[in-house]
Amino acid sequence: MTVDRRQFVLTSGKYLIMTGAATRAFEHVMAGTPEAAPEYSVFDHWWAMAIDVELCIGCGGCVRACKQENGVSLEPFFFRTWVERYHVPEGDIEHPMVDSPNGGFDGFPERYRAGDGSKDFFVPKLCNHCAHSPCVQVCPVGATFESPDGVVLVDKDYCLGCRYCVQACPYGCRYIDPKTHSVDKCSLCYHRITKGLTTACCEVCPTGARTLGDLKDPSDPIHEFLRTNMVQVLKPQMATGAKVYYAALDGSVR
Amino acid sequence: MDSLLAMVEGFMYPNEIELQWSVLIVLYPYITGLVAGAFILASLERVFNVEAVKPTYRLSLLTAFAFLIVAPLPLQLHLGHPERSFQMYLTPKTDSAMAMFGFVYLWYLMGVLLLEIWLDYRRDIVLKARSSTGFVRDFYRVLALGSDNISARSLEIDERLGRFVTIIGIPSAFLLHGYVGFIFGSIKANPWWSTPLMPVVFIFSAMVSGIALVMLLYMVVSWLRNKEIDMACLDTIARYLLYAFIIDFSLEMLDLIHRMYEADESFKSLDFMVKTRLFTSQILMQIIFGTLLPLGLLVLTQITRLTVAARKNLYAIAGVLTLIGIFAMRWNVVIGGQLFSKSFLGYTVYKMDFATREGLLPAIILMVAPFFILWGLILILPPWWGEEEEEEAPTSLPG
Repeated sequence: MTVDRRQFVLTSGKYLIMTGAATRAFEHVMAGTPEAAPEYSVFDHWWAMAIDVELCIGCGGCVRACKQENGVSLEPFFFRTWVERYHVPEGDIEHPMVDSPNGGFDGFPERYRAGDGSKDFFVPKLCNHCAHSPCVQVCPVGATFESPDGVVLVDKDYCLGCRYCVQACPYGCRYIDPKTHSVDKCSLCYHRITKGLTTACCEVCPTGARTLGDLKDPSDPIHEFLRTNMVQVLKPQMATGAKVYYAALDGSVR
Repeated sequence: MDSLLAMVEGFMYPNEIELQWSVLIVLYPYITGLVAGAFILASLERVFNVEAVKPTYRLSLLTAFAFLIVAPLPLQLHLGHPERSFQMYLTPKTDSAMAMFGFVYLWYLMGVLLLEIWLDYRRDIVLKARSSTGFVRDFYRVLALGSDNISARSLEIDERLGRFVTIIGIPSAFLLHGYVGFIFGSIKANPWWSTPLMPVVFIFSAMVSGIALVMLLYMVVSWLRNKEIDMACLDTIARYLLYAFIIDFSLEMLDLIHRMYEADESFKSLDFMVKTRLFTSQILMQIIFGTLLPLGLLVLTQITRLTVAARKNLYAIAGVLTLIGIFAMRWNVVIGGQLFSKSFLGYTVYKMDFATREGLLPAIILMVAPFFILWGLILILPPWWGEEEEEEAPTSLPG
């Protein structure tokens, strides 16, 4: 077969373009790959968090640790985790008074006095790493996704910044990072847990109110937590498959 | 931004205090609604043989086209990473409502609107190319896409194909705007948005706004051209505006009554919001001045015998009020849906900037731009091309 110059240029040109396109496509595929951790297999884990409301003292250590660990903006509008204080007048769980000054970053100034029949408690909040995430569902390009080990992650280099996921999250866990203009949220310290560490918030919690758990690990204490406590997730009516389990969660919490 | 904190009432989740979707996202459903509405008015003549609205047929199509060109711009401007928006075409996530926007948009633009305009104008473009010289001739030759055949047979094919495109176009227009409604209506996290009525309400409000816009444009264009307004046409358009408005208003009231009667966990929060922070835009602008008043004026023109001048004035006032009312409706959906906390325990405010990327200035520019585009389109493709020719030379067509 003879190949004239015209044919040669056309054919080799096509191959060049295809190779380039394939490389670009492969980069995009690889962009969603979890951070390299040779010992870690995504299929051996199913991450969740256990929170005991009665143990939280509202010190805000988790909020500070999270912001430091993950480089979250210190402005009071951006939180991967935050703590809410509930003040529930006696018997009126429909009208709690809630505050979260700077997300609990600086702790909570004393505000309520005991003895009027009301009750006060703290509720730490974070992404619920839902198994059926409404935020993942709406992302137009798949920049946010559920990893096989049960963590909802964001590919910052792929996110359009359309904010549809922020609207879709029933729990208010997402925000637009003022530095990257991409969406950001709790990653369950994925860079730590894939290396055998716990999350920054759990690491610093002085009372053990929050603990990371691996539901696929039969020896993980989370199993006992779920068995021995009455547990609840936030907004169960949303049917999102939330995996942050609360013990002693009051009906006033939303 | 810190001043926002002082304006929060009750409790918002910390990440909720700053609004995510700005006035630009208000423009998006407003503009696509005008597109869909204008197109549906055009199709009245084409598909349902409502001959009376014929004088506005081409004007409606050009209006729809002018607004459709601008429709994606507010979205593009709003994105945190506009340079990545093309990913929606390359790697769309099929179960995301928003991912389909690009495809629905492209289909409507290329598959429906451009095709219909071209088919309808082809004969006139060819005639213009034939009777011109130099650059003008070349320009219209390009617009004709090389076609030069305007025999009776080819025009008949144009007509049949055009009708077919319009028939496909009606569900497409419904899809374009119903889909925008679905984007909001399918968000279960937000009770202000989450209702299956949302796409239907969006479609009917789109028809209302599109019809009102074309009605006003027809009056303005006739005045600018110093031509008599065809009152049979104007009366018919106003009647259709009234019909669409009655359905739209009924649906919105159904939604409201349903919410009030059900009074679920979100109701107190939403009720409070409507009575305070949304009072001006919802109760005054949308319902009283933007709906009840124009509805009343339109009903008045139907049940009384008014002079031509009086009818024109009432139609003009009703049209302007309608456009304001539908804008307020979009505002209340988009902005209102973000003013309350998903904890139902508090409220934030929307502070609109002026000369920033998502401020008032770009919003005004984006809202004015379609009118300039329409002006350009009218210069290139005058909707009254055929009319003048028929008046001047009622002879058989060349070709």
